[in-house]
Amino acid sequence: MDLRNVTTPPSDRERVAIDRVLADHGFAETDGTPGRTAIGGRSAATRRDLLLPALHALNDAVGWISEGGLGYACERLTVPPAEGYGVATFYDQFSFEERVEVVRVCDDIVCGPYADQLIAGLDGIEVERTPCLGRCEKAPVAFIQQPGFRRTEIAPASPQSVLEGEPTSVDTHIGVIGEAVLLARVGSVDPESLDDYRGAGGYQALSRALDEGADAVLDRIEAARLRGRGGASFPAAAKWRAVAQAQGDKIVVCNADESEPGTFKDRVLMEADPFAVIEGMTLAAYVTGAERGFLYVRGEYALAERRMIDAIEAARAAGLLGEDVADGGFAFDVEVRRGAGAYICGEETSLFNSIEGLRGEPRDKPPFPTQEGLFGLPTVVNNVETLVGAVAITMDKDGNSKLFPISGAINNPGLYEAPLGVSVAALIEAAGGPTSDVQAVLVGGAAGKFLLPDDLEVTLDHGTEPPLGSGAIVVFDTATDMEVIVDRIARFFRDESCGKCVPCRVGTIRQVEALERLGNGGAERETLDDLAAVLRDASICGLGQLAAEAVQSALDLQLIGGRSD
Amino acid sequence: MITIDGVDVQAPVDATILEAAAKQGTEVPTLCYLETLTAASACRLCVVEVEGARVLAPGCSRQVEEGMVIKTRSPRVDRARRMVLELLASSVDLSLAPELLELAEEYGAAPERFGEVRAQVQLPVNIDNGLYVQDLSKCVLCYRCVAACGDDAQHTYAISVTDRGFGAVISTEFGVALPDSACVFCGNCVAVCPTGALIVTTEYDMRQAGTWDEELQTVTRTICAYCGVGCNLDVHVQDNEIVKVTSPFDHEVTAGNLCIKGRFGWSHVSGPASPD
Ligand SMILES: Cc1cc2nc3c(=O)[nH]c(=O)nc-3n(C[C@H](O)[C@H](O)[C@H](O)COP(=O)(O)O)c2cc1C
Ligand code: SF4
Ligand code: SF4
Ligand code: SF4
Ligand code: FES
Repeated sequence: MDLRNVTTPPSDRERVAIDRVLADHGFAETDGTPGRTAIGGRSAATRRDLLLPALHALNDAVGWISEGGLGYACERLTVPPAEGYGVATFYDQFSFEERVEVVRVCDDIVCGPYADQLIAGLDGIEVERTPCLGRCEKAPVAFIQQPGFRRTEIAPASPQSVLEGEPTSVDTHIGVIGEAVLLARVGSVDPESLDDYRGAGGYQALSRALDEGADAVLDRIEAARLRGRGGASFPAAAKWRAVAQAQGDKIVVCNADESEPGTFKDRVLMEADPFAVIEGMTLAAYVTGAERGFLYVRGEYALAERRMIDAIEAARAAGLLGEDVADGGFAFDVEVRRGAGAYICGEETSLFNSIEGLRGEPRDKPPFPTQEGLFGLPTVVNNVETLVGAVAITMDKDGNSKLFPISGAINNPGLYEAPLGVSVAALIEAAGGPTSDVQAVLVGGAAGKFLLPDDLEVTLDHGTEPPLGSGAIVVFDTATDMEVIVDRIARFFRDESCGKCVPCRVGTIRQVEALERLGNGGAERETLDDLAAVLRDASICGLGQLAAEAVQSALDLQLIGGRSD
Repeated sequence: MITIDGVDVQAPVDATILEAAAKQGTEVPTLCYLETLTAASACRLCVVEVEGARVLAPGCSRQVEEGMVIKTRSPRVDRARRMVLELLASSVDLSLAPELLELAEEYGAAPERFGEVRAQVQLPVNIDNGLYVQDLSKCVLCYRCVAACGDDAQHTYAISVTDRGFGAVISTEFGVALPDSACVFCGNCVAVCPTGALIVTTEYDMRQAGTWDEELQTVTRTICAYCGVGCNLDVHVQDNEIVKVTSPFDHEVTAGNLCIKGRFGWSHVSGPASPD
């Protein structure tokens, strides 16, 4: 390969930002001569996984990605500039035009009603509307990116709090039906103290695993029937067992990309109980024999990322990560990688591509992650909540406990824990009941389904209707215009489609258009049904496959389309 | 042993459904797939029904498994294919993709139903060099050109898919002109493009002028005289003038690929004494 580099040189700040992030990841310095090819040679091509961190470094340092900056990143990592550009333009968080700062205002299904007013109050500032920022319980939410490595999450946001850059101050409200298993330490233990975590029973699961051996852990998790909490409900033990049986190098990935509208459970766990997430990953590593771990956290979760990085450092300093974890005779360490604004990167194979420095497009399955995952190696990929659940189960806690983020027209929006099998009505009751008459409830986020007020006694579990998905519950009152909500969901899928396959790339935009015609009185049901069929049946990944679920359920329940007859 | 459309078939373990079906004489339609390139499985035209599977499977990339029961046509398959064709025909200019238009008709695709006001791929024609034209309003994003320019053939990596979703587009870095990019003008991307979105300039100009007529053309197989590799050339001649040079995909040396000299270095044969 004969690489042709961009000829524009980087600015000093860009060069320093990239040199620093590469050095932080243990990658050789340049020889300091501007424009000269980096030391690193062939090995540079094997560090393509540093491309995304390098792009972040540029965008964080100067606020945007210039030709010179991208060119320098590509040169250092031996990435063809066209490919580097293809990767960078995949993500919403990166700008290719110079800008000072950007305020992202959530206009998704929960924050939507507040967005226009908030934006009007921010006159003169560059504002971008964004999908769900994962703090729905404190709607409206904003996220500010400023040059000089400053990212601020603001919730609830007002023109004043945004202008002052005042970050979130109040913790997420939590509630429990039954015994607190996943939320046992949330709110009561200092997330910045490893001692506190240990004092509250932390790292006992790892000790027990070391005493009893990997098989005992696997058996316990299997007996508890722990199933994935990232939306696909796959049995965790089956994944762990498959990777444990594989030969050679293996990897554990924690999926903390949480971007499903209405969902904020993983954020709360990372912010309030970060050591539990690390212990869960370590447990998975011990059981499977993986020595490398990656935690992929969405780019809008600045506080959660900070807490995770600090906790990883504390765990490492205490010998709970590293060459000989907890004197247990096995090595394991965790690297944090940050997403950059792309819902699709939560899909496990897109996530691998994103970490590898490729466009975050899904791969064909099979091969499955347990066979060929990150860097082509057998990989366990689990959701944050699944991993925390594995820790609890190892200490004989109930594996059936599930998190439900509840927001919208509800008196006490927040994160609730309840045993699977709980009814939607009971959850709404636990959250203080609706603020006024309920028109509909959305279960499982944008990829989920609506329920009518009469159907709220239905119970939630893996594999039953309505699909559990992420567990998110959003309540809409009778004042809500459901056409607006369903349109927002359809636009979400249009905007977040990676564009790789035809059904989703074109189908999601046609769905938005057909809904608009429907709203104008058109007879569009057949077209919408055909779109739903091709999306569900022929899309590559779950994004396209589920892109018509909520729309179809809204049609079936006559929440929209009333004027079409 | 697997079953395709009710017939028991033997297939090698690493065969794809497409290959197994072809062996049995059943053709499955494809668009993004090309034998010489790694399957992107992006277009989803080749989907088939695999018994017991939740969704349809891409025939071009899914490998057969012992006991698999496959239907290459069924109401579900046909509906998905019709929709894929409808979605493509409603968003992209397929005028230079006659096979696709024929398929669209065969499957009863009705792109008009998406209304007058609908998003379409509308990009300016890019003529920034004298050898080939990018007319990306015809691009179906099959990923073939990227594969040909990159890992599968040329290893030049001059172009990539950029942006996301419906806005995704084939581009150089920051959209710089091809002569300012890494492009070496091998034209291997042009050779694999199924829709004429990438097209050699001679063909583009003649089509614009209305003089391109394949009925009047002869194709002569010869060997490139520039170097000793021995690439086979197919010389397309109309009215006693060379109008285009391609290379056979089924040839073991080139697999359809050429370099700038073989593909474009023929104007001296009948054109002006030196290229301008
Ligand atoms: C479009 C899309 C987005 C997804 N986003 C997430 C996510 O943010 N977090 C997550 O854990 N799983 C997400 N998933 C599911 C993952 O692909 C995968 O199933 C999960 O991480 C496996 O972990 P689990 O078995 O512990 O649930 C997503 C799937 C799709 C199709
Ligand atoms: S379904 Fe959508 S998100 Fe998934 S691969 Fe296809 S285009 Fe990309
Ligand atoms: S002409 Fe050759 S080098 Fe240029 S973009 Fe096409 S394949 Fe790549
Ligand atoms: S330009 Fe042609 S080869 Fe390239 S992606 Fe588009 S249709 Fe495919
Ligand atoms: S030919 Fe199989 S997906 Fe395009």
